[in-house]
Amino acid sequence: MRWTQNNQHPSRRHRWHPAEALPWVIAVGAYFALPNYLAFGTQILITIIFAISLDLILGYAGIITLGHAAYFGTGAYAAGMLSAHLGWNEPITGLVLAGTAAAVVGWISGLVLLRYRGLTLIMLTLTTAILLYELANTLENITGGFDGLLGIQISPLLGRFENDLWGHTYYWYSLTVLFIVFLAARRVVFSPFGRSLIGIRDNVHRMHAIGTPVRRRLVTIYTISAGVAGIAGGLFAQSNAFVTLDVLGFVRSGTILVILILGGTGRLYGAFVGTVVYMVVEDELTKLSPEFWEFGVGLVLVLVVLFARRGLLGLMADINERMHKVWS
Amino acid sequence: MSPTALQISGLDKNFGALQVARHIDFELQRGARHALIGPNGAGKTTFLNLITGVLRPSAGRIQLLGSDITDMGQSKRSRLGLARTFQINQLFKGLSVLDNVCLAIAERTGVARSLLAPFGRHQRVIDEAMHLLQMLRLDGDAMQLVNQLPYGQQRLVEIVIALGQNPQVLLLDEPAAGVPSAESQLILEVMDSLSDDIAILIIEHDMEIVFRFAKRITVMLAGAILTEGTPDEIAADDRVRAIYLGDFQRGHLA
Repeated sequence: MRWTQNNQHPSRRHRWHPAEALPWVIAVGAYFALPNYLAFGTQILITIIFAISLDLILGYAGIITLGHAAYFGTGAYAAGMLSAHLGWNEPITGLVLAGTAAAVVGWISGLVLLRYRGLTLIMLTLTTAILLYELANTLENITGGFDGLLGIQISPLLGRFENDLWGHTYYWYSLTVLFIVFLAARRVVFSPFGRSLIGIRDNVHRMHAIGTPVRRRLVTIYTISAGVAGIAGGLFAQSNAFVTLDVLGFVRSGTILVILILGGTGRLYGAFVGTVVYMVVEDELTKLSPEFWEFGVGLVLVLVVLFARRGLLGLMADINERMHKVWS
Repeated sequence: MSPTALQISGLDKNFGALQVARHIDFELQRGARHALIGPNGAGKTTFLNLITGVLRPSAGRIQLLGSDITDMGQSKRSRLGLARTFQINQLFKGLSVLDNVCLAIAERTGVARSLLAPFGRHQRVIDEAMHLLQMLRLDGDAMQLVNQLPYGQQRLVEIVIALGQNPQVLLLDEPAAGVPSAESQLILEVMDSLSDDIAILIIEHDMEIVFRFAKRITVMLAGAILTEGTPDEIAADDRVRAIYLGDFQRGHLA
């Protein structure tokens, strides 16, 4: 994972490293090796997209948020309501619209939120998500309120591929969307714009002094991030054909933050590692002990915070560096 | 084109009852080599913060190259050609020396707005950054992380970032403070080599540097301007001598 490090020469930094093929090889391999887990795999892929959206703002621009589910939920409800109320059942355009709706909400809320920093910002992101949650709860007649949004019927993908019980279609659909989102995110973080976000994260005072329109940059990445979160939410709604209030809930905002910190922020691949480890551990522990699994998840997190502050990928990078020192 | 780089009139700044800037009138000519001196707490850095927009004045106007910038934010001012260095380093500590400079150049050239092509495709930004680093003999450390450099060299990075902004007006806040003499000589050489179009205002305690570099000197005391003049006039001023007694005799008059 050396390519993410800042001591790489800027003219080479964006180049692909062979190891970057690994997640895709694993994802395709898992399709054939674990045919009974495709629905679970789809949920993992969707969560990775959501985690990438968070990494764009938290890992790169240093925007801390406890309310990122606001945009995931907006996307989920947008995709769901398009189908349930307007009969817009075509999945791909539905997904684009879900992302757009979330981006618009992200842009408007970002204009206000990003005037603040630190604790104030954390509290305001939290309240933004709570406000949207309560809004969805109140507008029962269009969101289904507490009972959830029923009547979502997604057409076959590309007019041909039905969503079957085993989840073959949605696994490939989600994997393709993830791949496109990842390529776009990778472009953004290695672009001059992305570098300026890192500058803002590292020293915002100096960025003001060198002439960066800091707030405009932050609102831009926040809007992009919200759009990506909305795509994840839209996929979630389409794959489950059902939306409940918890797409906007605090647990979802908190979990995605935990997942990203677990994997490691500011390196994109932290989203992959964090999601897979978190969801697999959670799944296994739930099977082991339906009442007690949260203790195990908590324990893993405590260990990570104590011994791998920069997440699992940060830990790997440190080990890698030490090995190099030992050998040379 | 306006002949003055900076024109400041009637500048006041109060923090409650505390007056940190008292009715400052000040002019910086284009291409000036101007020093701002005064004892600790005289309000020199506050004055710089008012010019750059870190602080907003309680009263008074500031003009940069003929346009009124009093109500502008920091970043807008710097896009108009104002750059500064900081008394306490404000660097991008987690990034390489080269990246530090590239950020400033990308911002100035508008490249930083670009979302699509990777940074590495903007070879001109990287080339310009390497050129500036060569000037300050930092090219060998271009790929070092800034926080791994010795302090003296970090002070040089502080200056390179400001130069990357290609400013019309350059404000240097004690660039040589705490810097080993080899590097402070280098800083002087670089300042001498800068184009005559750039107006430079330097805050400095080292009188050797002040008198070697400055063509005009302004003395501040207790938030107000005490006096201004050529180095000879300042050196002959009794009030200034009274403030600076020790330093002065060692520095220039002896």
